[in-house]
Amino acid sequence: MSASALRIETYLWLAQRVSALILVICITVHIATMIIAVQGGLSSEEIIARIGGSKIWLSFYLVFVSSVAVHAPIGLKSIMREMSQIPTNRIDLLSILFSLIIGVLGIRAAFGLYGLGGA
Amino acid sequence: MKNIHNHPNYWAFIMHRLSGLALAAFLPVHLYVLGLALADSSAFDDFISWSNTPLLKFLETGLVVFLSAHLTGGVRLLALEFLEWRDWQNSMVALSCGISICAGLVFFLNAT
Amino acid sequence: MSNDLINVSIWRGGEDGEYQTYQVPRLESQTVLDVVTYIQRELDPSLSYRFACRVGVCGSCAMTVNGKARWTCRTHVSKVAEGGQLTLDPLNSMPRVKDLVVDMETFFNKWADAKGSFKGDKTRDDALAYISPDDPKRKISSAGIECIGCGACYATCDVIKWNPDYLGPAALNRAWTLVNDERDVTGLERLAAVAGDNGCLGCHSQQGCVERCPKSLNPTGAIAGLKRETIKAVLKGELS
Repeated sequence: MSASALRIETYLWLAQRVSALILVICITVHIATMIIAVQGGLSSEEIIARIGGSKIWLSFYLVFVSSVAVHAPIGLKSIMREMSQIPTNRIDLLSILFSLIIGVLGIRAAFGLYGLGGA
Repeated sequence: MKNIHNHPNYWAFIMHRLSGLALAAFLPVHLYVLGLALADSSAFDDFISWSNTPLLKFLETGLVVFLSAHLTGGVRLLALEFLEWRDWQNSMVALSCGISICAGLVFFLNAT
Repeated sequence: MSNDLINVSIWRGGEDGEYQTYQVPRLESQTVLDVVTYIQRELDPSLSYRFACRVGVCGSCAMTVNGKARWTCRTHVSKVAEGGQLTLDPLNSMPRVKDLVVDMETFFNKWADAKGSFKGDKTRDDALAYISPDDPKRKISSAGIECIGCGACYATCDVIKWNPDYLGPAALNRAWTLVNDERDVTGLERLAAVAGDNGCLGCHSQQGCVERCPKSLNPTGAIAGLKRETIKAVLKGELS
């Protein structure tokens, strides 16, 4: 195998682990928030009051979403390579597409929530 | 006939793959609907009250279990790959399983 | 006990074939290899299987016994026969030659691909290398060197079924013992050989190899070690 292909494979593997490490923190916060927020039923006022206009929550969700956009497509790539007949170049394309979809939708949702509240 | 796959670390692998796939399938829908609802606030209210129905609470509990299973299973893999080997792999599978079920229960009890 | 019979179904043929069933007298302390030998000597001389040492040293008698890869010479019938039934297949993930014999060429070629042979730079005129048995690297190396090359781990590994180019647990375990051998000079050349998705990064830590290794070795742990070392080398730019 060429050295550059080896480097790409290694960096992708490492990117998945590093993003996983960030996601450990993000998901712990996310699950805790869900458990707290769901008490007495979700309400939009409560969510907007917590997240709307908060730069801290905005940055949190931007980091969260970007890490997922790195982490998930690399996992899907492995699953498609191992368990489907899809040709490799199409798998790469699908993974990149999935990453973009998560990234765009996630950033839109994060800014949407931010824009709903505060001053 | 005993199956070669019948051991805790293989179940953990299957759970990690299934939960990863399920989360990957759910995520675009989650983010898309959230984004749509945010575009107008009455739609956001409708979306939130829809998510408070019992069926949705039940499905959300499933997602919380999958999410925490993928989280704890992932921590197990990171420890296994990056730390010096310890002979507590099977305990880690059990721990990961226990934490996930607890997280789901706590969510469900709080939600109902 | 000796009046009992074991019902033995054995795969006959190569890739295409069928099961043939034999009745074998049950004996005390009988191994699965004893059963196969009895069938070939007493019932059906056309049965092909492979063995040499009969005492768990040579690694040539591994087969699939009731669905799991095992060394048959050290596997007692009493431990594995379920309801007096034994089903014997050749090892998985290797081309079938005939009956219980598989072609292990690819399996062993992968050891060579993983730079699985020792290369030193000393001559007979140099002093012996002094390595304490307590040396941490020596301990890591010693933990993996008892591999007998039976192929049970390889036949169990899912990753090989999905990606036939994957080097597999045995070859990677061997490479890890040499990475930790201070006398070996292959160094980065070996790390490059075991890096990437066809090498150590392909492993999903399912640990079927650990479950099935008759010598109780830990290929998953060895592969995790290779992951850390190859990544360090790639980050330092040493593998390009």
